[in-house]
Amino acid sequence: MPYVFREALRAFHRAPLLAGLSAGMIALSLFLVGLFGLAAYNIKRVLERIEARVEVVAYIRDGAWPESINEARRQIAEFPEVREVAYISKEAALLKARRELPEFESLFGDLDSNPLPASLEVMLKPNQRGTEAVASVADRIRQYDFVDDVRYGGEWLDKVYLLRRVAATATLILGAAFAIVASLIIGAAIRMAIYARRDEIAIMRLVGATENFVRQPFLVEGVMTGVIGGVLALSVTWLAFIIVSRSVFKLEWLPVSWTGAGVAAGAFVGVVASAIAVRRHLREV
Amino acid sequence: MIKLINVSKEYARGGAALERVTFEIRKGEFCFLTGHSGAGKSTIMRLIHMADRPTSGEVRVAGFRSTTIQPREIAMLRRKIGYVFQDFRLLPDRSTAANVAFALEVTGARPAVIRSKVGRLLAQVGLAAKAEALPAELSGGEQQRVAVARALVNDPLVLLADEPTGNLDERATWGIFDLFREINMAGTAVLFATHNLDLVRRNSGTRVIELDHGSIVFDSAEAGAA
Repeated sequence: MPYVFREALRAFHRAPLLAGLSAGMIALSLFLVGLFGLAAYNIKRVLERIEARVEVVAYIRDGAWPESINEARRQIAEFPEVREVAYISKEAALLKARRELPEFESLFGDLDSNPLPASLEVMLKPNQRGTEAVASVADRIRQYDFVDDVRYGGEWLDKVYLLRRVAATATLILGAAFAIVASLIIGAAIRMAIYARRDEIAIMRLVGATENFVRQPFLVEGVMTGVIGGVLALSVTWLAFIIVSRSVFKLEWLPVSWTGAGVAAGAFVGVVASAIAVRRHLREV
Repeated sequence: MIKLINVSKEYARGGAALERVTFEIRKGEFCFLTGHSGAGKSTIMRLIHMADRPTSGEVRVAGFRSTTIQPREIAMLRRKIGYVFQDFRLLPDRSTAANVAFALEVTGARPAVIRSKVGRLLAQVGLAAKAEALPAELSGGEQQRVAVARALVNDPLVLLADEPTGNLDERATWGIFDLFREINMAGTAVLFATHNLDLVRRNSGTRVIELDHGSIVFDSAEAGAA
């Protein structure tokens, strides 16, 4: 095994409690990031499913001229945001309602006339489902004088987007805060390791080791601590995912790219904290 | 190979440690460096090792100059200088062989080369049978032999010995001294700092530089030339 890895492992063997504390702090910070990341990911997935169903529904006044409706349908289909426009007649609307709301079958059966309006259901292109694009399409459709009302569920869509932003921001802030704390603890651990190995470092310099050679085992130690912390965090996040999925509501697990990024983030925090500590404290021995 | 040219060294709190010291050590030469405690022997060793810089003057070692040497060059230079201390400076948690191998690991040598060289050097210093012993399990003389083996492992041009027999009994002292003589006869220059005048007297043909309060008061090479 190369010297640099041997020495890094020896450091864990020499001070297991300190190594455990450092890895534990990284694990805690990444676990919190993982929890919020899991929430953010699941909100994102819900949004994707909702967005796929986002449509603008324009309700048509009774008695509107079919030619006007057809012309409007053609024009709306040419909007850059629009993928497809479907005309739902009053009869089709009633059939759809009876199918989707069977509990109201007796009510539908007592009707003398069909109260449901005809409508134009406007499906948007995949990258045009944000609140601004949807509101813009709705505003243009409202300009047609045969349109009675336009609905697109804007209020709750805005709320879900806000929730996703809040989750993502909370993930970043909490993650950054705990990463700083983890870095301080790793920095202290590296400082103690440097001090504990000062005789060894002096001999290394005596026999002609370059400063890079002296530094490398500490940096590798930082990376290993970070990776261990990252894997620990991943395991505990997985446990939380299983518990919530089985007892509260079903969640989707994070994609491999996100979990890989989490472990890589642990390694990154580890190596950066070590590099800073080594740069500051190696000069002192 | 080693040249000190008008070297003075002053410490902020300690005052003058060396004053206008000039001498030269040639390739393969054996030279005693004598003087009382605080005369400047260790300071000269540190300057040659580039662990410190002179306040004025210049130290030249194997083509490097104290006035221009860069940090990475210092590491390369030190691989060509063996250094042995009074207190041995071995790593207490590593075996004899591992202590010697350590000096080769920093150069990036291959494991097979390390194993071969360490075996040969331990045999040369008479410790082949104690390759796995820890320093605490060795006598003072044996520990110093390990330190000598470590100092030789990169085939140095010069061996700096700073009071290497200071902590040893008489028998061990002569054993170590004889080892240094052997090494010198094989071609390595030796600068041997000591205040053991018995050693110096019994080697009357060997060059002696005597220091007193940071200045050279006697250099047998110059006295002989005169």
